[in-house]
Amino acid sequence: MASNPMYQFNVYRIGPEIKLGEVDLSFTNASLFMVISSLAVLIVFNLGSKKNSLIPNKIQLLAELSYTFVSKMISDTAGSKAKPYFSFIFSLFMFVLFCNMFGMIPYAFTVTSHIIVTFVLATFIFFGVTIIGFIKHGFGYLKLFVPSGVPVVLLPLIVIIEVISYLSRPVSLSVRLFANMMAGHTMMKVFGGFVISLGIVGGWLPLGFSVALTGLEILVAFLQAYVFAILTCIYLNDALNLHH
Amino acid sequence: MFLRFSQTLLIYFLFFSYVESAESGGMPQLNPEFWFSQIFWLIITFGIMFILLSKLVLPKISENLEVRKAQILENIEAAEKKREESDKKLKEYDQLILNSKNEAKNYFNKAREKILKDVDKKRESLEKEINEEVSNAEKEILDLKNKSPEKIRKISVETSSDLIKKLLGIEVNNSSISAIVEDVSRKTN
Repeated sequence: MASNPMYQFNVYRIGPEIKLGEVDLSFTNASLFMVISSLAVLIVFNLGSKKNSLIPNKIQLLAELSYTFVSKMISDTAGSKAKPYFSFIFSLFMFVLFCNMFGMIPYAFTVTSHIIVTFVLATFIFFGVTIIGFIKHGFGYLKLFVPSGVPVVLLPLIVIIEVISYLSRPVSLSVRLFANMMAGHTMMKVFGGFVISLGIVGGWLPLGFSVALTGLEILVAFLQAYVFAILTCIYLNDALNLHH
Repeated sequence: MFLRFSQTLLIYFLFFSYVESAESGGMPQLNPEFWFSQIFWLIITFGIMFILLSKLVLPKISENLEVRKAQILENIEAAEKKREESDKKLKEYDQLILNSKNEAKNYFNKAREKILKDVDKKRESLEKEINEEVSNAEKEILDLKNKSPEKIRKISVETSSDLIKKLLGIEVNNSSISAIVEDVSRKTN
Protein backbone atom coordinates (compact mmCIF):
# COMPACT_ATOMS: atom_id res chain seq x y z
CA MET A 1 0.00 0.00 0.00
CA ALA A 2 0.96 3.60 -0.13
CA SER A 3 3.57 4.57 2.41
CA ASN A 4 2.11 8.03 2.91
CA PRO A 5 0.54 7.97 6.40
CA MET A 6 -2.18 10.34 5.25
CA TYR A 7 -3.19 8.00 2.47
CA GLN A 8 -5.60 6.15 4.72
CA PHE A 9 -7.79 9.25 5.01
CA ASN A 10 -8.46 9.49 1.30
CA VAL A 11 -12.08 9.52 0.27
CA TYR A 12 -12.96 8.01 -3.07
CA ARG A 13 -16.04 7.14 -4.97
CA ILE A 14 -17.55 3.67 -4.78
CA GLY A 15 -19.92 2.85 -7.53
CA PRO A 16 -21.55 5.36 -9.86
CA GLU A 17 -21.28 9.11 -9.66
CA ILE A 18 -24.39 10.69 -8.15
CA LYS A 19 -24.79 14.37 -8.86
CA LEU A 20 -27.46 16.72 -7.65
CA GLY A 21 -27.03 19.67 -9.92
CA GLU A 22 -23.46 20.76 -9.37
CA VAL A 23 -23.14 18.94 -6.05
CA ASP A 24 -21.41 15.55 -5.93
CA LEU A 25 -23.28 13.17 -3.61
CA SER A 26 -21.57 9.95 -4.72
CA PHE A 27 -21.38 6.96 -2.46
CA THR A 28 -17.83 6.85 -1.09
CA ASN A 29 -15.81 4.67 1.26
CA ALA A 30 -16.71 7.14 4.00
CA SER A 31 -20.40 6.63 3.22
CA LEU A 32 -19.84 2.89 3.29
CA PHE A 33 -18.43 3.01 6.79
CA MET A 34 -21.20 5.31 7.97
CA VAL A 35 -23.67 2.73 6.68
CA ILE A 36 -21.73 -0.11 8.31
CA SER A 37 -21.50 1.68 11.64
CA SER A 38 -25.14 2.68 11.82
CA LEU A 39 -26.21 -0.77 10.67
CA ALA A 40 -24.01 -2.36 13.32
CA VAL A 41 -25.52 -0.13 16.00
CA LEU A 42 -29.01 -1.03 14.84
CA ILE A 43 -28.24 -4.76 14.68
CA VAL A 44 -26.59 -4.90 18.09
CA PHE A 45 -29.32 -2.95 19.86
CA ASN A 46 -32.12 -4.64 18.00
CA LEU A 47 -30.76 -8.04 19.02
CA GLY A 48 -30.30 -6.71 22.53
CA SER A 49 -33.93 -5.65 22.83
CA LYS A 50 -35.62 -8.50 21.00
CA LYS A 51 -35.97 -11.03 23.77
CA ASN A 52 -36.93 -9.84 27.19
CA SER A 53 -35.65 -12.40 29.63
CA LEU A 54 -35.49 -11.66 33.32
CA ILE A 55 -31.89 -12.76 33.36
CA PRO A 56 -30.44 -11.12 30.25
CA ASN A 57 -28.23 -12.95 27.78
CA LYS A 58 -24.94 -11.44 26.68
CA ILE A 59 -26.17 -9.18 23.90
CA GLN A 60 -29.15 -8.04 25.94
CA LEU A 61 -26.84 -7.28 28.84
CA LEU A 62 -24.62 -5.25 26.51
CA ALA A 63 -27.58 -3.25 25.21
CA GLU A 64 -29.02 -2.66 28.66
CA LEU A 65 -25.67 -1.72 30.16
CA SER A 66 -25.12 0.80 27.36
CA TYR A 67 -28.62 2.15 27.89
CA THR A 68 -28.14 2.63 31.62
CA PHE A 69 -24.62 3.99 31.09
CA VAL A 70 -25.79 6.74 28.74
CA SER A 71 -28.93 7.38 30.76
CA LYS A 72 -26.86 7.82 33.92
CA MET A 73 -24.39 10.06 32.11
CA ILE A 74 -27.20 12.34 30.94
CA SER A 75 -28.99 12.53 34.27
CA ASP A 76 -25.68 13.16 36.07
CA THR A 77 -24.59 16.04 33.85
CA ALA A 78 -27.81 17.58 32.56
CA GLY A 79 -30.38 16.57 35.15
CA SER A 80 -33.83 15.08 34.68
CA LYS A 81 -34.92 17.79 32.23
CA ALA A 82 -32.63 16.28 29.59
CA LYS A 83 -34.63 13.08 29.38
CA PRO A 84 -36.37 13.94 26.07
CA TYR A 85 -32.97 14.23 24.40
CA PHE A 86 -31.85 10.81 25.57
CA SER A 87 -32.33 9.01 22.27
CA PHE A 88 -30.41 11.65 20.36
CA ILE A 89 -27.44 11.59 22.71
CA PHE A 90 -27.55 7.80 22.79
CA SER A 91 -27.53 7.65 18.98
CA LEU A 92 -24.75 10.21 18.85
CA PHE A 93 -22.59 8.33 21.34
CA MET A 94 -23.15 4.99 19.65
CA PHE A 95 -22.58 6.36 16.17
CA VAL A 96 -19.30 8.02 17.10
CA LEU A 97 -18.20 5.01 19.15
CA PHE A 98 -18.92 2.52 16.39
CA CYS A 99 -17.30 4.73 13.74
CA ASN A 100 -14.20 5.03 15.91
CA MET A 101 -14.10 1.32 16.64
CA PHE A 102 -14.62 0.29 13.02
CA GLY A 103 -11.74 2.60 12.21
CA MET A 104 -9.52 0.40 14.35
CA ILE A 105 -9.88 -2.51 11.93
CA PRO A 106 -6.90 -2.56 9.55
CA TYR A 107 -7.66 -1.15 6.10
CA ALA A 108 -10.95 0.24 7.39
CA PHE A 109 -11.87 3.88 6.97
CA THR A 110 -12.38 6.07 10.02
CA VAL A 111 -15.42 8.24 9.43
CA THR A 112 -14.72 10.44 12.43
CA SER A 113 -11.21 11.28 11.26
CA HIS A 114 -12.73 13.76 8.84
CA ILE A 115 -13.26 17.28 10.11
CA ILE A 116 -16.30 17.79 7.94
CA VAL A 117 -18.16 14.90 9.58
CA THR A 118 -17.39 15.91 13.15
CA PHE A 119 -18.00 19.55 12.29
CA VAL A 120 -21.45 18.83 10.94
CA LEU A 121 -22.31 16.85 14.06
CA ALA A 122 -20.92 19.57 16.34
CA THR A 123 -22.66 22.36 14.44
CA PHE A 124 -25.94 20.51 14.57
CA ILE A 125 -25.51 20.11 18.33
CA PHE A 126 -24.51 23.76 18.68
CA PHE A 127 -27.56 25.06 16.85
CA GLY A 128 -29.82 22.55 18.52
CA VAL A 129 -28.63 23.51 21.98
CA THR A 130 -28.88 27.23 21.21
CA ILE A 131 -32.43 26.86 19.91
CA ILE A 132 -33.43 24.81 22.95
CA GLY A 133 -31.92 27.48 25.20
CA PHE A 134 -33.85 30.28 23.52
CA ILE A 135 -37.08 28.29 23.57
CA LYS A 136 -36.72 27.48 27.26
CA HIS A 137 -35.54 30.87 28.49
CA GLY A 138 -36.35 33.36 25.71
CA PHE A 139 -33.89 36.23 25.67
CA GLY A 140 -32.99 35.32 29.23
CA TYR A 141 -30.72 32.74 27.68
CA LEU A 142 -28.33 35.60 26.92
CA LYS A 143 -27.67 35.75 30.66
CA LEU A 144 -25.42 32.78 29.99
CA PHE A 145 -22.84 35.32 28.81
CA VAL A 146 -23.07 37.42 31.96
CA PRO A 147 -21.64 35.48 34.88
CA SER A 148 -22.84 36.63 38.30
CA GLY A 149 -20.45 38.10 40.85
CA VAL A 150 -18.16 39.81 38.33
CA PRO A 151 -17.05 43.44 38.90
CA VAL A 152 -18.88 45.82 36.56
CA VAL A 153 -15.60 47.15 35.20
CA LEU A 154 -14.62 43.73 33.92
CA LEU A 155 -18.07 42.88 32.60
CA PRO A 156 -17.61 43.96 28.93
CA LEU A 157 -14.42 41.95 28.68
CA ILE A 158 -15.95 38.90 30.35
CA VAL A 159 -19.01 39.01 28.10
CA ILE A 160 -16.83 39.14 25.00
CA ILE A 161 -14.78 36.19 26.24
CA GLU A 162 -17.91 34.23 27.08
CA VAL A 163 -19.43 34.88 23.66
CA ILE A 164 -16.25 33.80 21.92
CA SER A 165 -16.00 30.65 24.01
CA TYR A 166 -19.64 29.87 23.29
CA LEU A 167 -19.21 30.39 19.56
CA SER A 168 -16.06 28.28 19.48
CA ARG A 169 -17.86 25.30 20.99
CA PRO A 170 -18.61 23.58 17.68
CA VAL A 171 -15.02 24.09 16.58
CA SER A 172 -13.50 22.71 19.77
CA LEU A 173 -15.96 19.83 19.87
CA SER A 174 -15.35 18.81 16.27
CA VAL A 175 -11.61 19.40 16.20
CA ARG A 176 -11.09 17.41 19.40
CA LEU A 177 -12.63 14.29 17.95
CA PHE A 178 -11.22 14.66 14.45
CA ALA A 179 -7.69 15.51 15.60
CA ASN A 180 -7.58 12.65 18.09
CA MET A 181 -8.67 10.11 15.54
CA MET A 182 -6.44 11.44 12.79
CA ALA A 183 -3.37 11.73 14.99
CA GLY A 184 -3.76 8.24 16.38
CA HIS A 185 -4.23 6.61 13.02
CA THR A 186 -1.39 8.56 11.47
CA MET A 187 0.92 7.55 14.27
CA MET A 188 0.00 3.89 13.89
CA LYS A 189 0.64 4.11 10.19
CA VAL A 190 4.03 5.77 10.78
CA PHE A 191 5.10 3.08 13.22
CA GLY A 192 3.81 0.42 10.83
CA GLY A 193 5.97 2.00 8.13
CA PHE A 194 8.98 1.85 10.47
CA VAL A 195 8.43 -1.87 10.97
CA ILE A 196 8.66 -2.41 7.23
CA SER A 197 11.61 -0.11 6.61
CA LEU A 198 13.68 -1.37 9.55
CA GLY A 199 13.05 -4.98 8.58
CA ILE A 200 13.50 -8.15 10.62
CA VAL A 201 16.41 -6.76 12.68
CA GLY A 202 15.24 -3.36 13.85
CA GLY A 203 11.52 -3.68 13.25
CA TRP A 204 10.67 -5.21 16.60
CA LEU A 205 10.75 -1.99 18.58
CA PRO A 206 8.28 -0.09 16.34
CA LEU A 207 6.21 -3.27 16.20
CA GLY A 208 5.96 -3.18 19.99
CA PHE A 209 5.02 0.48 19.81
CA SER A 210 2.42 -0.38 17.21
CA VAL A 211 0.89 -3.02 19.48
CA ALA A 212 0.85 -0.64 22.43
CA LEU A 213 -0.60 2.12 20.27
CA THR A 214 -3.38 -0.18 19.12
CA GLY A 215 -4.47 -0.64 22.72
CA LEU A 216 -4.18 3.07 23.35
CA GLU A 217 -6.14 3.90 20.22
CA ILE A 218 -8.97 1.57 21.24
CA LEU A 219 -9.07 3.42 24.55
CA VAL A 220 -9.01 6.77 22.73
CA ALA A 221 -11.78 5.60 20.39
CA PHE A 222 -14.02 4.93 23.37
CA LEU A 223 -12.89 7.96 25.33
CA GLN A 224 -13.43 10.43 22.48
CA ALA A 225 -16.91 9.10 21.84
CA TYR A 226 -17.60 9.48 25.55
CA VAL A 227 -16.14 13.00 25.64
CA PHE A 228 -18.18 13.97 22.59
CA ALA A 229 -21.37 12.75 24.22
CA ILE A 230 -20.66 14.20 27.64
CA LEU A 231 -19.77 17.63 26.20
CA THR A 232 -23.08 17.54 24.37
CA CYS A 233 -24.73 16.83 27.72
CA ILE A 234 -22.89 19.74 29.32
CA TYR A 235 -23.98 22.13 26.57
CA LEU A 236 -27.50 20.81 26.92
CA ASN A 237 -27.28 21.39 30.65
CA ASP A 238 -26.36 25.04 30.01
CA ALA A 239 -29.41 25.39 27.78
CA LEU A 240 -31.83 23.60 30.12
CA ASN A 241 -30.70 24.84 33.51
CA LEU A 242 -29.37 28.35 33.27
CA HIS A 243 -26.90 28.58 36.12
CA HIS A 244 -25.39 32.02 35.73
CA MET B 1 -21.42 -7.61 8.14
CA PHE B 2 -18.24 -9.54 7.50
CA LEU B 3 -19.32 -10.05 3.94
CA ARG B 4 -19.70 -6.32 3.60
CA PHE B 5 -16.31 -5.80 5.14
CA SER B 6 -14.62 -8.19 2.72
CA GLN B 7 -16.40 -6.39 -0.08
CA THR B 8 -14.91 -3.17 1.16
CA LEU B 9 -11.47 -4.69 1.13
CA LEU B 10 -11.99 -5.83 -2.43
CA ILE B 11 -13.20 -2.39 -3.41
CA TYR B 12 -10.17 -0.86 -1.79
CA PHE B 13 -7.88 -2.93 -3.93
CA LEU B 14 -9.90 -2.28 -7.08
CA PHE B 15 -9.72 1.47 -6.59
CA PHE B 16 -6.16 1.40 -5.47
CA SER B 17 -4.63 2.67 -8.69
CA TYR B 18 -7.35 5.28 -9.16
CA VAL B 19 -6.74 6.75 -5.71
CA GLU B 20 -3.00 6.66 -6.09
CA SER B 21 -3.23 9.05 -8.99
CA ALA B 22 -5.63 11.35 -7.13
CA GLU B 23 -3.41 11.56 -4.06
CA SER B 24 -1.97 15.02 -3.68
CA GLY B 25 -0.01 15.37 -0.43
CA GLY B 26 -1.35 17.26 2.61
CA MET B 27 -4.48 16.33 4.48
CA PRO B 28 -7.22 14.66 2.49
CA GLN B 29 -9.61 15.98 5.12
CA LEU B 30 -9.20 19.49 3.74
CA ASN B 31 -9.99 18.48 0.20
CA PRO B 32 -13.57 19.70 -0.33
CA GLU B 33 -14.25 17.36 -3.22
CA PHE B 34 -16.41 14.93 -1.21
CA TRP B 35 -17.57 17.21 1.60
CA PHE B 36 -21.12 17.42 0.40
CA SER B 37 -21.22 13.70 -0.19
CA GLN B 38 -20.02 13.10 3.35
CA ILE B 39 -22.54 15.54 4.81
CA PHE B 40 -25.32 14.01 2.75
CA TRP B 41 -24.54 10.44 3.73
CA LEU B 42 -23.92 11.38 7.34
CA ILE B 43 -27.37 12.95 7.54
CA ILE B 44 -28.97 9.94 5.86
CA THR B 45 -27.24 7.21 7.87
CA PHE B 46 -27.30 9.00 11.20
CA GLY B 47 -30.86 10.15 10.61
CA ILE B 48 -32.16 6.69 9.79
CA MET B 49 -30.25 5.19 12.69
CA PHE B 50 -31.56 7.85 15.05
CA ILE B 51 -35.16 7.43 13.94
CA LEU B 52 -35.07 3.64 14.14
CA LEU B 53 -33.31 3.70 17.51
CA SER B 54 -35.62 6.26 19.07
CA LYS B 55 -38.84 4.83 17.65
CA LEU B 56 -38.27 1.09 17.82
CA VAL B 57 -35.23 -0.02 19.75
CA LEU B 58 -34.76 2.29 22.71
CA PRO B 59 -38.40 2.19 23.91
CA LYS B 60 -38.15 -1.59 23.92
CA ILE B 61 -34.96 -1.59 25.96
CA SER B 62 -36.47 0.91 28.37
CA GLU B 63 -39.58 -1.22 28.64
CA ASN B 64 -37.49 -4.32 29.27
CA LEU B 65 -35.64 -2.52 32.04
CA GLU B 66 -38.90 -1.29 33.55
CA VAL B 67 -40.40 -4.76 33.45
CA ARG B 68 -37.36 -6.20 35.16
CA LYS B 69 -37.41 -3.47 37.80
CA ALA B 70 -41.10 -4.06 38.46
CA GLN B 71 -40.56 -7.79 38.61
CA ILE B 72 -37.72 -7.42 41.09
CA LEU B 73 -39.75 -5.04 43.25
CA GLU B 74 -42.66 -7.43 43.16
CA ASN B 75 -40.45 -10.31 44.14
CA ILE B 76 -38.95 -8.31 46.98
CA GLU B 77 -42.44 -7.45 48.19
CA ALA B 78 -43.50 -11.06 48.03
CA ALA B 79 -40.39 -12.10 49.90
CA GLU B 80 -41.08 -9.47 52.56
CA LYS B 81 -44.60 -10.78 52.95
CA LYS B 82 -43.38 -14.33 53.23
CA ARG B 83 -40.90 -13.27 55.85
CA GLU B 84 -43.56 -11.54 57.89
CA GLU B 85 -45.72 -14.60 57.61
CA SER B 86 -42.95 -16.85 58.74
CA ASP B 87 -42.21 -14.50 61.63
CA LYS B 88 -45.82 -14.77 62.67
CA LYS B 89 -45.72 -18.52 62.36
CA LEU B 90 -42.56 -18.61 64.41
CA LYS B 91 -44.22 -16.59 67.15
CA GLU B 92 -47.23 -18.88 67.07
CA TYR B 93 -44.96 -21.83 67.32
CA ASP B 94 -43.14 -20.31 70.27
CA GLN B 95 -46.47 -19.63 71.96
CA LEU B 96 -47.55 -23.17 71.31
CA ILE B 97 -44.37 -24.56 72.76
CA LEU B 98 -44.71 -22.32 75.82
CA ASN B 99 -48.33 -23.38 76.34
CA SER B 100 -47.56 -27.03 76.03
CA LYS B 101 -44.65 -26.65 78.39
CA ASN B 102 -46.91 -25.03 80.96
CA GLU B 103 -49.47 -27.73 80.45
CA ALA B 104 -46.88 -30.41 80.88
CA LYS B 105 -45.70 -28.74 84.07
CA ASN B 106 -49.27 -28.66 85.32
CA TYR B 107 -49.75 -32.31 84.54
CA PHE B 108 -46.52 -33.16 86.23
CA ASN B 109 -47.40 -31.17 89.33
CA LYS B 110 -50.84 -32.73 89.52
CA ALA B 111 -49.43 -36.19 89.10
CA ARG B 112 -46.85 -35.55 91.78
CA GLU B 113 -49.43 -34.27 94.21
CA LYS B 114 -51.61 -37.25 93.56
CA ILE B 115 -48.75 -39.64 94.00
CA LEU B 116 -47.67 -37.88 97.19
CA LYS B 117 -51.18 -38.12 98.51
CA ASP B 118 -51.41 -41.78 97.61
CA VAL B 119 -48.10 -42.45 99.22
CA ASP B 120 -49.18 -40.62 102.35
CA LYS B 121 -52.39 -42.58 102.51
CA LYS B 122 -50.64 -45.85 101.99
CA ARG B 123 -48.04 -44.99 104.52
CA GLU B 124 -50.69 -44.11 107.03
CA SER B 125 -52.56 -47.32 106.53
CA LEU B 126 -49.35 -49.27 106.63
CA GLU B 127 -48.31 -47.54 109.82
CA LYS B 128 -51.65 -48.34 111.32
CA GLU B 129 -51.30 -51.96 110.34
CA ILE B 130 -47.80 -52.10 111.68
CA ASN B 131 -48.87 -50.52 114.93
CA GLU B 132 -51.64 -53.05 115.24
CA GLU B 133 -49.30 -55.90 114.54
CA VAL B 134 -46.81 -54.54 117.01
CA SER B 135 -49.43 -54.19 119.69
CA ASN B 136 -50.71 -57.70 118.95
CA ALA B 137 -47.21 -59.05 119.15
CA GLU B 138 -46.63 -57.20 122.40
CA LYS B 139 -49.81 -58.64 123.80
CA GLU B 140 -48.80 -62.10 122.79
CA ILE B 141 -45.38 -61.61 124.31
CA LEU B 142 -47.00 -60.36 127.48
CA ASP B 143 -49.32 -63.34 127.45
CA LEU B 144 -46.47 -65.70 126.94
CA LYS B 145 -44.54 -63.98 129.71
CA ASN B 146 -47.47 -64.31 132.05
CA LYS B 147 -48.02 -67.95 131.17
CA SER B 148 -44.40 -69.02 131.24
CA PRO B 149 -43.98 -69.54 135.08
CA GLU B 150 -46.98 -71.82 135.09
CA LYS B 151 -45.55 -73.84 132.26
CA ILE B 152 -42.12 -73.93 133.78
CA ARG B 153 -43.60 -75.16 136.97
CA LYS B 154 -45.53 -77.85 135.18
CA ILE B 155 -42.44 -78.90 133.20
CA SER B 156 -40.32 -78.93 136.30
CA VAL B 157 -42.93 -81.01 138.17
CA GLU B 158 -43.06 -83.47 135.31
CA THR B 159 -39.29 -83.69 134.91
CA SER B 160 -38.76 -84.06 138.66
CA SER B 161 -41.43 -86.80 138.89
CA ASP B 162 -39.76 -88.54 135.92
CA LEU B 163 -36.33 -88.19 137.58
CA ILE B 164 -37.56 -89.57 140.89
CA LYS B 165 -39.21 -92.46 139.18
CA LYS B 166 -36.06 -93.34 137.26
CA LEU B 167 -33.62 -92.77 140.09
CA LEU B 168 -35.57 -94.11 143.02
CA GLY B 169 -38.05 -96.27 141.25
CA ILE B 170 -40.90 -94.99 143.24
CA GLU B 171 -44.10 -93.37 142.33
CA VAL B 172 -44.44 -89.94 143.96
CA ASN B 173 -47.55 -87.94 144.31
CA ASN B 174 -47.66 -85.06 141.91
CA SER B 175 -49.14 -82.61 144.37
CA SER B 176 -46.28 -83.06 146.88
CA ILE B 177 -43.74 -82.50 144.08
CA SER B 178 -45.50 -79.38 142.95
CA ALA B 179 -45.45 -78.13 146.51
CA ILE B 180 -41.70 -78.66 146.67
CA VAL B 181 -41.16 -77.00 143.25
CA GLU B 182 -43.18 -74.08 144.37
CA ASP B 183 -41.14 -73.80 147.44
CA VAL B 184 -37.83 -73.92 145.48
CA SER B 185 -38.95 -71.46 142.87
CA ARG B 186 -40.05 -69.04 145.53
CA LYS B 187 -36.63 -69.32 147.16
CA THR B 188 -34.81 -68.71 143.85
CA ASN B 189 -37.01 -65.82 142.99
